[in-house]
Amino acid sequence: MVDAVVIPLLKIVIVLVATLTAVSYMVLLERKVIAWTQARLGPMRVGPHGILQPIADALKLMIKEDITPARADRWVFTLAPILAMVPALIVYAVIPFGPAVEVFGRPVTLYITDINVGLLYVVSVTSVGVYGIILAGYASNSKYPMLASLRASAQLISYEVAVTLTLVSVVLVAGTLSLVGIVEAQREAHVWYLFAQPVAFALIVIGGLAETNRAPFDMPEAEQELTGGFHTEYSGMRFALFFLAEYANMIVVSSVATTLFLGGYLRPFPNVAAFGVLDIVPSWMWFLLKSFAFLYFFIWIRATLPRYRYDQLMRLGWKVLIPIAIANLVVTAIVRVLLVARVGADG
Amino acid sequence: MPSPYVPIVLSILVAVGFAVATLLLTRLIHPRKYNQVKLEPYECGIEATSDARDRYSIRYYLVAMLFLIFDVETVFMFPWAVVFDQLLLFGLIEMFVFIGILVVGYYYAWQKGALEWV
Repeated sequence: MVDAVVIPLLKIVIVLVATLTAVSYMVLLERKVIAWTQARLGPMRVGPHGILQPIADALKLMIKEDITPARADRWVFTLAPILAMVPALIVYAVIPFGPAVEVFGRPVTLYITDINVGLLYVVSVTSVGVYGIILAGYASNSKYPMLASLRASAQLISYEVAVTLTLVSVVLVAGTLSLVGIVEAQREAHVWYLFAQPVAFALIVIGGLAETNRAPFDMPEAEQELTGGFHTEYSGMRFALFFLAEYANMIVVSSVATTLFLGGYLRPFPNVAAFGVLDIVPSWMWFLLKSFAFLYFFIWIRATLPRYRYDQLMRLGWKVLIPIAIANLVVTAIVRVLLVARVGADG
Repeated sequence: MPSPYVPIVLSILVAVGFAVATLLLTRLIHPRKYNQVKLEPYECGIEATSDARDRYSIRYYLVAMLFLIFDVETVFMFPWAVVFDQLLLFGLIEMFVFIGILVVGYYYAWQKGALEWV
């Protein structure tokens, strides 16, 4: 009972609280980094250097009036933010933050669970998030959200094809769908998959930006054309759930990319004894550092690149990324056959 | 050894619980000063004249159908990729036939202009 329910439950709550904290400070970090990029100061009023800004924001969103527009579909209007939020949170169940460690003399794994279809679980759960967006636009019964949700869902599903095809080539190299298994495969292969699958990494980065509706693919929220995007009619806590979901998804994308391509919780050069001094930094810290670098990259991109036009965005997804993903898959398969055949001949 | 799926069920429960609980809790504290104008759908200050659920571009349907085809095909590739090292040349040729058909369909859709967004 303790092993089956209590410990997982504890881990889930810790991950949930950590995610929510990380999400709120992501917002502050984003505002700060963009401000510095543009030679501004960013939030400075609430606490020293705006350090308490996320708390103020959270409080404000909680006590704001929550409006359901008169023409909206009441139930679906409430269901949509929940449907957007839940998938973003439950993906963390399979993300390996670290290997097994001893806590109070009892072995504890630094991941909530390890299922043998982990990557498939990540792909399918994140797809469910699209429903939240479609339903939000439909239930609002207002023109801007409707248009924005159509655009957003078309964008999400277009890039999902390319991303999923790319993930297949990673699975091909690792030979397993378990995320812990993929990290351990990188340890055994003596190489991060960033170097074994550079094309796949580039595709996942581009696809990840598009899947999280981030600049330069933040089409669904193009303020100049669509006011607030699919959550124009939302206010108060229901708006906050969409907001949390968006940033939680960013963290999901960086964690998955870290796990698949940057060796997850492994330290740099995990097989070289000479770098053993790096073990001072615990494994979960390496994971967080790598994910953080990725998140910083997201913000950096947003501060640097202008937005794509919608037809350019669809063309990039369907006519550039998908052919590259298929070609990468085919080349990976051929190379894999040659490699395994050579190892077999030697043995 | 408990099933590895128990924690997933638990995290779904916790996530749904969190979302529902915050919505219910904030219901208790947020102000309610509604009026007719405030509850109108937002249209940059102009009164909404018609229902928003209007007809929209056929392109979206097309994208949805293409997505269905490609995504289902991709799901078939996952098990193949997992056991690839045991199949090797056999698996390679089998999958090349499969991907070949996919590419033919993709080429057809491209030629028909299904991938254009005008």
